[in-house]
Amino acid sequence: MTPYTRQLVAAEVDDLAIGSALLGTGGGGDPHVGALMAHEAIERHGPVTVIPASDLESDALVAIVSMSGAPTVMTEKIPNGGEIERVLTRVAEAAGRRPDAVISVEIGGMNSVIPVVAAARTGLPLVDADGMGRAFPEFQMTAFNVAGVRFGPRFVTDEKGNMLRIDGIDAGWIERINRRALIAMGGSVITALGLSGDDVKRGAIHGTISLAVQIGAALRQARRDGNPWLDRLLEVVSAIPLFTGKVTSVDRRTEGGFARGYAVVAGLGTEADQSIRIDFQNEHLIARRLERDEPAEILITTPDLIAVLDSETGTPITTEMLHYGQRVTVVGIPSQPVWRTPRGLELAGPRYFGFDVDYVPVEVRAAAVRQSRA
Amino acid sequence: MNLRLGIDVGGTNTDAVVLDERSHLLARFKAPTSADVSGGIRQALRGLVAGHPELDLGSIRYAMLGTTHCTNAILERRNLDRVGLIRVGAPATLAIKPFVGWPADLRATIGGHYAIVEGGHEYDGREIRPLDERAVREAAESFRGEVDSVAVVSVFSPVDASHEQRAGAIVRDVLGDLPITYSDQIGSIGLLERENASILNAAVTTPARVAANGFASALEEHGIDARMFFSQNDGTLMALDYATRYPILTVASGPANSIRGAAFLSGLRHAIIVDVGGTSTDVGILVNGFPRESAIAVEIGGVRTNFRMPDLISIAMGGGTRIHQNEELRIGPDSVGYRITEDARVFGGSTLTLSDVAVAAGRASMGDPDRVEGLDAKLVHDVTQWVRETCEETIDRMKTSAEPVPVVLVGGGSVVIPAELAGASEILRPDHYDVANAIGAAIAQCSGEIERIFSLEEYSRAEALEMARQMARAEAVKAGADPATVEIVDVHEVPLAYLPGNATRIRVRAAGALAVEAAS
Repeated sequence: MTPYTRQLVAAEVDDLAIGSALLGTGGGGDPHVGALMAHEAIERHGPVTVIPASDLESDALVAIVSMSGAPTVMTEKIPNGGEIERVLTRVAEAAGRRPDAVISVEIGGMNSVIPVVAAARTGLPLVDADGMGRAFPEFQMTAFNVAGVRFGPRFVTDEKGNMLRIDGIDAGWIERINRRALIAMGGSVITALGLSGDDVKRGAIHGTISLAVQIGAALRQARRDGNPWLDRLLEVVSAIPLFTGKVTSVDRRTEGGFARGYAVVAGLGTEADQSIRIDFQNEHLIARRLERDEPAEILITTPDLIAVLDSETGTPITTEMLHYGQRVTVVGIPSQPVWRTPRGLELAGPRYFGFDVDYVPVEVRAAAVRQSRA
Repeated sequence: MNLRLGIDVGGTNTDAVVLDERSHLLARFKAPTSADVSGGIRQALRGLVAGHPELDLGSIRYAMLGTTHCTNAILERRNLDRVGLIRVGAPATLAIKPFVGWPADLRATIGGHYAIVEGGHEYDGREIRPLDERAVREAAESFRGEVDSVAVVSVFSPVDASHEQRAGAIVRDVLGDLPITYSDQIGSIGLLERENASILNAAVTTPARVAANGFASALEEHGIDARMFFSQNDGTLMALDYATRYPILTVASGPANSIRGAAFLSGLRHAIIVDVGGTSTDVGILVNGFPRESAIAVEIGGVRTNFRMPDLISIAMGGGTRIHQNEELRIGPDSVGYRITEDARVFGGSTLTLSDVAVAAGRASMGDPDRVEGLDAKLVHDVTQWVRETCEETIDRMKTSAEPVPVVLVGGGSVVIPAELAGASEILRPDHYDVANAIGAAIAQCSGEIERIFSLEEYSRAEALEMARQMARAEAVKAGADPATVEIVDVHEVPLAYLPGNATRIRVRAAGALAVEAAS
């Protein structure tokens, strides 16, 4: 749908949180704490104005505001509340002007609601867009980067008041330095970085705040009305149901600073003799059928979105919440076109994550499966 | 003789059983629950004695109580303590104040007093700030005369609880000997949920003492000199002093007891448990002899917590569920509940219930079967089909593999369930199925659980796991277990996402048989 200017009210915050958890493909953290902050901010300061990127002047200053670090730390060491203003002030100083708007770096998970808090507190509009169209674990995996945006300084602060400025030569370096710094600062930081209106118009994924709200609303309304949630979901996003079953094992380990591992889902009903395996690195990356316990036929890979949802309600389940016995439905969503370009696949395709397979769009794979069964 | 007395005071019924040392059932009693816990216990004891005059009450050495007393206090907003909360963690945590999301009436009943002070720890154990002892002292002063108990919550206390301990000591110094809840002993990572759970724990201090005193005096009146235990929400026991410090853990002990009771009666360690009451059926699953836990956030009284609760699916289907025959057949969700013995057709009433259909189908005998003899055969068939399909669907959702699994039926209403269900390898309704709750209370083990974040730069993974196991064993012994019987029941490890440096969250549960005193 075409984004348009409107108000985001408190009642939509929970929809945004749930919808963004679905787009978070298992990662992005649990948006609950961010949602509480957003509720409080909107109650105190009033609704947030959401604007399409087309409303921005080319030389507007748009601030990406995000939380970076371990979502588990953020659910325990909740922010002070002054972090957002601090980093936005530094962005403004560096640019010599006040920001005109804020934007989300990734619509998946907590980083959809953090910009809402920023927008409410500052009175700035929130752009109906984000940098990824989903969640990815590393900062260089943004559509801005694919579009060749040159990044200015990134400001990083913690609840104690520490402030770090990173002038990185490229997005990959910003990610590396930021990752080390945030550990020293306690595992959870708030960051901001300035973009131009032009950068946002040509580089962002558009309409994703609205999309996330719609997804959350669809799931909520389905539950309220007693409708099948998948039907309601399909009305707002091209979701392809891939598999339904129960989680029968979860293997998680730490490697290189991420939660890597896989989950096995065993089929139900007519698919009771089948199972699939989903590999993840914070976010879900690839789902394959198991044949004699070995991964075989590929159902879907990154950069397409793999959402693992509670079978009863469609509620998204994050990687950290995955456990033995959960009844889940695995749904695939075609990725944004930018991730299917050569540069996009270089940054976030299966090979970057260590899977030596070619990317095939999920809708093509699903059609082939249907064909072979017809 | 060392006898065990198990009593479960539920919402509708109170069950009581007496078991010998080999866990043979010697006596049983079941009756509708009376107004209060002590009344229910007294009635149960009188009933046991009346039904089993040969029973030697003096030989009862262990008395276990499962009760919804604390749950009811929270749900009804009655008899709760006023709580003062001290949150340690400034400058962090200020973005979300305590009591956010609480129902207004519950917050008002508890008083809503709090203070946020500097201190707390990072995920790896470094201090965020030194504890602001002066601010703690001021907070305690401000609580004087306004609170009955105090809860102390510090950021990352599951990693390092020293600030909570020190703050508690200061509170004691200022306010004297009032009950203090330490959050690291109540819940796991997740500040708001753990804070909420700690506040609720502090709030039910008095109801827990009332239940404990009621229990003790009822036992004393009947000449029973026994060690007392409370059932907790994972199906195990807490010694009395543990239970009065962590009363919030008794919430949801009913379903846990029925699952464990079913396990015992059936002899199975892996099974689906279907507990059919008057109005609703709870379906749970037994894994390794214990109820499988739910992973999602649990709400108590409208407040979000991170408690361990049995993973249950509750459906509106019970012995008293009403059958409506309008244009379409509709079964429930309404039910006559405990009024079944007046309202159901077989008992002379005019309401058609699932029990009536079960009698008509020959699956149950109660009341006067002639009163349902004329029931339409198609109706009986359709209703039975609905019950069957509802059960099969729920069982399928609970199972963790495609394999058929044993199903154990317990609860007074279980006679409405048909004899065959798809997905069930066998269906058992063991003897004494209707007092499974009290049996679950009586045969329970004592458990302890810990959850901590370990920095794997400080310890090797093997060391961290061993430390966690030792801590869990110690918790089980503190809860009353015999050290020689303690086993590790569950180990769960989650590396923290997005954090290089291998910080990992380890949860370990240990359980053991009740420490039995040497026979005198």
